[in-house]
Amino acid sequence: MLPTLRAFRVWRRDLESWKRFALSFVVAMIGEPVFYLVTLGYGLGRFVTEMNGQPYMAFLAPGVIATAAVNTATFETTFGAYARMKEQHTYAAILATPCSVADVVAGDILWAATKSTLAACFVLILSALLGLITSPLALAIPLVAALVGLMFGALGMIATSRAWSWDFFSYYFTFFLTPMLLFSGVFFPADSLPPWAQTFAWFLPLSHAVAVFRALAAGHVTMATVADLGWMAAVTSLAFLVAERLVRRRLVV
Amino acid sequence: MAEAAVVAANLSKRFGARVAVDDISFRVERGECLALLGPNGAGKTTIIKMVTCVARPTAGSLTVLGHPMSQANHTTIKARLGIVQQEESLDPDLSVEKNLTIYASYFAIPRRDAERRSAELMEFVELSEQRRARIHTLSGGMKRRLMLARALINEPEMLVLDEPTTGLDPQVRRLVWERIRSLKRQGLTILLTTHYMEEAAQLSDRVIVIDRGRIIAEGDPATLIQKHVGAEVVEVRLDEAEMPVSLTSGAWRSERVGDVLYLYLMAQTSDTPLLAALRGLDFTRRRATLEDVFLTLTGHGLRE
Repeated sequence: MLPTLRAFRVWRRDLESWKRFALSFVVAMIGEPVFYLVTLGYGLGRFVTEMNGQPYMAFLAPGVIATAAVNTATFETTFGAYARMKEQHTYAAILATPCSVADVVAGDILWAATKSTLAACFVLILSALLGLITSPLALAIPLVAALVGLMFGALGMIATSRAWSWDFFSYYFTFFLTPMLLFSGVFFPADSLPPWAQTFAWFLPLSHAVAVFRALAAGHVTMATVADLGWMAAVTSLAFLVAERLVRRRLVV
Repeated sequence: MAEAAVVAANLSKRFGARVAVDDISFRVERGECLALLGPNGAGKTTIIKMVTCVARPTAGSLTVLGHPMSQANHTTIKARLGIVQQEESLDPDLSVEKNLTIYASYFAIPRRDAERRSAELMEFVELSEQRRARIHTLSGGMKRRLMLARALINEPEMLVLDEPTTGLDPQVRRLVWERIRSLKRQGLTILLTTHYMEEAAQLSDRVIVIDRGRIIAEGDPATLIQKHVGAEVVEVRLDEAEMPVSLTSGAWRSERVGDVLYLYLMAQTSDTPLLAALRGLDFTRRRATLEDVFLTLTGHGLRE
């Protein structure tokens, strides 16, 4: 089923509930990417002065922006959504109103995307201040971060629909998110991987996100960038349909 | 006269091989309070879930507030119901007032109306002083009252309460009952489930006793008691002793459960032979209650 505009009411509920935690979110949001940029950028950057014709930190920055967007959305629709579904019974409460499962799922994913966009903005501004962003096209990064947030929000929601305990999520993180982070060209160019690994990387959502962010940050937008966006849009739509169906099967017996 | 609030005909719900609701038919009339009474696992909550659009019937037909149950009608039906679920489901990071206004937004109630209605409802459930309080600071009873207020935010045509006072202190339970009765006086249709007999007796016009997914008795509490138990019950503590011969026959029906013997007295039972038969025994004589009906009909065995 498809969501209605009521999804925005659910989004609004998430926003209102989050307000109290906004400050801690911002602190965490600035913290993690700074650690990545500082440790890898300065630490590794001392040995790797240049990567793909860029200073290492400038190469790394778009990957860190993408990672921030991915992690934010993922936490929101895995741990966050699981708490709302299983512990707080929030989903059941909302389903007792005219809202449908599609509205609830879409509202939560929209909220995940909102947080992803915020997170990406923080890291983008930080990167720009460090002189790591060279193209005005980077202004489109928050928009793409919203798409990345929708995509990972929907993927996380699929995991949540199958989760029967908190421990379940360690599978999602260990067997999906961590390998993805390593194969998707965040820390080094994906084309330096052997061909089988490059093929594998093509199936990983993060590699498309990193490719787009890197193209925008450096101002090298090509047809490949458009293809990456298309890939993400398609996977996002599909993941939403699957997530909605699975959550509906779980909540409407 | 408007159509009945709920019409269920030959309604069934199976989960795989397990039959939770087995071919039951019932109606909830407008303005009445109907209690579904039954032991744990009898199928009460499954019935409630079907009425509130979160469980799909396996067979049979169900009409709620005039709308046949179907995916297409869910939004319309839910817009006119007020639902209090068994589990506490308040938004922990919102204040009491925000819990109400945010909930109102799901019904597309304009902000102004939502605020006015929230204020009235906080008054109604005596939570006005807590309007800015966070949920974790509320007692169990306050949370339950807020759940009730929240279910009323859309001015529902029917209130559906699943175990409305389970886990509450007796004082709080009475306050919740009093609020529910006040809603009933205002003409609200109420469908509730409970395994507290007293609750069913206190609140409902009519009771449906359910066991193993089937309706085993139906009627108003007084009639049910009269029909299945009689007027009075004598409970005799026998401990390990054999049943005294004096009690084996008389104008009563007897049932032994563990160390207690129950004598269900018929209306015409006269006192003299009864008291003679009970001489020297440790006994209590009391009015028959819905609990006796329940135990008579569903048996004394443990249901877990």
